[in-house]
Amino acid sequence: MSAARPAPTTTAWQWARLNLFGSIADSVLTVVAAVLFAWFVWNAFDWAILRADWFGETKEACKSGGACWAMITARWQQVVAGYYPEAHLWRVALAMVCLAIAVLPVIKRDMPAWAALLAPAGVIASIAVLGGANILPSVPTDYWGGIMLNVLVGLTGAIFALPIGILLAFGRRSDLPIIKGFSIGFIEIVRGVPLITLLFMSSVVLPLFLPTGMNLDKLMRALAVVTLFSSAYMAEAVRGGLAAVPKGQREASHSLGLGLLQTTGLVVLPQAIRISIPAIVNTFIGLFKDTSLLYVIAILEVTGVIRQALSDFAWLGLENEGYVFVAFVFWVACFSMSRWSASLEQQSGKTVKRVEEPA
Amino acid sequence: MARGGFMQRMGGVRGLAAQGALVLGLVLLAVWLNHNAGTNIAARGIATGYDFMGREAGFNIDQHLVDYEPTDTYTRVFLVGALNTILVAVMGIVTSTIIGLTAGVMRVSKNYLGRLLATTYVEIARNTPLPVQILVWYNLALLAPPPRTAWGADGLFFLTNRGVYLPQFNLNGLADFAIWGGIAAIVAGLFLSSHFRKQRTEHGTGASPNWGWAFAIGGFVLAYLLTGNPTGIDVPHKSGFGFTGGFTMSPALMALWAALSFYTGSFIAEIVRGGLQAVAKGQGEAARAVGLNDAQALRLVILPQAMRVIVPPLASQYLNLTKNSSLAVIIGYPDLVAVFAGTSLNQTGQAIETLALVMLFYLACSLSVSAFMNWYNARSAVWAVSR
Amino acid sequence: MYKRIAAVALVATLTACGNPGSAVDGPPPEVVGVEGAPSTNGPVMGAQGATLRTVKARGRLVCGVNQGLIGFAYPDNRGRWRGFDVDFCRAMAAALFNNPDAVRFQPLSSKERFTAVVSGEVDVLWRNTTWTLSRDTGNALDFAGVNYYDGQGFMVPKSLGVKSVAELNGARICVQTGTTTELTLADYFRARGLKYEGVVVDTEDQARSNYAREACDALTTDVSQLAAARSTLSNPADHIILPEVVSKEPLGPVVRQGDSQWRDIVAWTLYATILAEELGITKANVDQMRANSKDPETRRLLGVEGGMGAMLGLTNDWAYRVIKAEGNYGEIFERNIGRSSPMKLERGINALWSTDKPGLMYAPPVR
Repeated sequence: MSAARPAPTTTAWQWARLNLFGSIADSVLTVVAAVLFAWFVWNAFDWAILRADWFGETKEACKSGGACWAMITARWQQVVAGYYPEAHLWRVALAMVCLAIAVLPVIKRDMPAWAALLAPAGVIASIAVLGGANILPSVPTDYWGGIMLNVLVGLTGAIFALPIGILLAFGRRSDLPIIKGFSIGFIEIVRGVPLITLLFMSSVVLPLFLPTGMNLDKLMRALAVVTLFSSAYMAEAVRGGLAAVPKGQREASHSLGLGLLQTTGLVVLPQAIRISIPAIVNTFIGLFKDTSLLYVIAILEVTGVIRQALSDFAWLGLENEGYVFVAFVFWVACFSMSRWSASLEQQSGKTVKRVEEPA
Repeated sequence: MARGGFMQRMGGVRGLAAQGALVLGLVLLAVWLNHNAGTNIAARGIATGYDFMGREAGFNIDQHLVDYEPTDTYTRVFLVGALNTILVAVMGIVTSTIIGLTAGVMRVSKNYLGRLLATTYVEIARNTPLPVQILVWYNLALLAPPPRTAWGADGLFFLTNRGVYLPQFNLNGLADFAIWGGIAAIVAGLFLSSHFRKQRTEHGTGASPNWGWAFAIGGFVLAYLLTGNPTGIDVPHKSGFGFTGGFTMSPALMALWAALSFYTGSFIAEIVRGGLQAVAKGQGEAARAVGLNDAQALRLVILPQAMRVIVPPLASQYLNLTKNSSLAVIIGYPDLVAVFAGTSLNQTGQAIETLALVMLFYLACSLSVSAFMNWYNARSAVWAVSR
Repeated sequence: MYKRIAAVALVATLTACGNPGSAVDGPPPEVVGVEGAPSTNGPVMGAQGATLRTVKARGRLVCGVNQGLIGFAYPDNRGRWRGFDVDFCRAMAAALFNNPDAVRFQPLSSKERFTAVVSGEVDVLWRNTTWTLSRDTGNALDFAGVNYYDGQGFMVPKSLGVKSVAELNGARICVQTGTTTELTLADYFRARGLKYEGVVVDTEDQARSNYAREACDALTTDVSQLAAARSTLSNPADHIILPEVVSKEPLGPVVRQGDSQWRDIVAWTLYATILAEELGITKANVDQMRANSKDPETRRLLGVEGGMGAMLGLTNDWAYRVIKAEGNYGEIFERNIGRSSPMKLERGINALWSTDKPGLMYAPPVR
């Protein structure tokens, strides 16, 4: 059933016979698919590029009848960084550099073990740079927004969720009944409910459970909930990796005289993590897509910024442009990540199907 | 049981200490949270408890599978919302499976353009956020013509931006007999079909499994006729503000249905592709060598083997789809989250109770699917061994 | 890495201090160390005067606004918040700090708005919130006046030939979910034995675009929003707003219960704008009025005599600052939602009580 591979000697015609017109059904499919494809691609191209308007201050500037990208270009700053003060945009850039450093240990796989600490350090540094941390002028989280916020929430959620997920994965495999029960209970409850209900919790219920007068920032509450949410999925990703580490590794390490903690920390865990990196990346892709939900609790990530633009008189009625743009942004990010994760799978020879995503 | 046994189960002194610390920590956390919540709720004058469930809701829900009036209680609201969630989930599960199966098979087909089309669809659908897809579908649903220029035929169906109007079966007193008779015929037909198939595989001879299907359809028609044609058909007609009669599917339902189907379908396509590729290549070649054509090879040899790989992740996709249907709130489809964690929460102000009930519902769904999957896996493992 | 960040941070701090106020149009840069840590900005509930102290210590007002509501609160292309509600936030900042930009806007969803006020996340809520008995009593909240008298209405295409709501029996009506509008609609039709099919959507803009595409026969929401919706349609003249106003929707600011000093400040900032309109004080002539006016009420309002501001815990020129920054009520109205805005709303019941076509806007005297 797999695709026929053209032998080196096949001509274009032979290839076409085999791949396009193998049978009558195939020929019909080919023609239908070709027509559909051409129609769709041409219309999309015509609307999005040929007849599009790119610049202007209101929708009145869009006269060509195609897409009105002026809404995006006029508000590019909000799309990228929300309402972050203009004079401080360099801090957004710096924060992005910190986040890039945070993901280094995942991307460059030949780094020493201590490099894993770069991940939380990078995230904390980026939040500190954005927020000010009593050194820089403080910029409250209401001003944060745009694509920057999607990246920040996605990465923070994933990076802090990973250690919790590892603990939960070990807990689930543990022989200790209470710890095992707690881990299973936590994982299954969190995976059993939709993220949107947890976000509602963070926005309306969580403040009730904090001491009177203590006021955790809204974004921080959402971050905490997103972290806990993704930790359950991370736990399942890591569990798959743990199961894939051969038993002999553990026995060999024991026979070398290593204790339980050393065996786990130095032998089992590094291998398990390496195996589960594609699964972890896939969990992250799902989480990144889910950050578009933050708008329902009035956190202004890129979808929220676009929906706000749509409630400005200047851009009323440009839903198509707005949503196509947001979809495109996410598509570029998620598609490239999924390709990368697929290449990792091929390198390691282990296939971890990208089917389990947070929902 | 001896004390030593208990200690051993608890992992010795260290294990006991660790677990004791966990329990203590959880209890302290619970006490602290409870104390805070108690103080805050008292200070803010928020009502507590589930008394509100018996109170009149006062708002309208347009799509209700059971009778509902604004004078009904919040308990009824919960039921209506839950049924709407289940409705869109079931619809989505059926279509996403069809879409996923088609796209999955196309992704490994010999036809280059078919592969390209399927790949394009999968890569677009699974790499863009579902909320955005829902909004896009909703805007598409509204592009349909307004009622004045509706597409369709009077007395058959109408497609408008207010929804799709379809004929509806009216049930009379004998309808139950027809329905149950028909269901019985279908079940019997399925058993017959699988029995014939088994005979064929084991003995090489026997009736075609299609006879089982024929029995199912024939039985259904017979049940329908024998009970004296109990069902009338209510058809949509153009009138007044729009249409009367028939069954209406709102644009929100259509958009949500389409978005969930295409989104989940892309994941199912990948599962199906993985399953098909997991079947040894020789199987397909052998099937063709014994004279089966491509379609037969797929249906009779490859898919049955691939199913064992496909079904477990499929179940978690169905669960995801059900959870994702909570995004209905974005376009105002009255699912459980929209009517209960939305309108009801806003009206009563009892966030803790309403959200807890909603989460409990999803948890119950997820646990029952997990239970089913455990049962299925155990069964298919036995089946795999016994073969 | 920390070292590097610390070094960069140090340089940045120095540069930031070197050119204060460099952001002209965007939100102004925060002042170093002035804004308290988030964990301390929630004043203890019910403490008299606590809110003012906290706000002053922070150097900035935190104002809860709508995520995006045409005419009332939305960020423009430059990211600057604009709108009717937003301008009252700025007016308060002007009264408190003599700087209309010393305010932070916290966008809130309708679900979380009251929680945000009670927990101290925001100091005041200017978010088109209807004043009702249950909201006033049930949430440890207080309403501090009404800045816009709204009411629920219906808009239909003229071609439908409908003249009153009673003729909408059996119609499909677009309505926003989770609002009092949804409840009022159900009540109104039920009380008259009428039927309708609701097309329920999540946001105002979605309801609007549904109506524009004829996905429903009628659109119901507050009259102010109906007018806005009508002005966005391709042919506004083809649509009419039905005469019935089926509910009272007094929209006003919300504060925590128990701090009556703070409630007074919110209420009197609003009253100052109304009084200014009564007395003919505008943004343009406020300086001249302050210097030359002989009218005792004007002089008291603008802080020339009477020491009224001190009674509120503010400076005596608080009202002068408000008007200098944002203008009087009429100016705020016209600029954002009135005739000089795209929404083109009539003053209607929001006119002053003392005009030819009297409305409900009335402020107690300053004395």
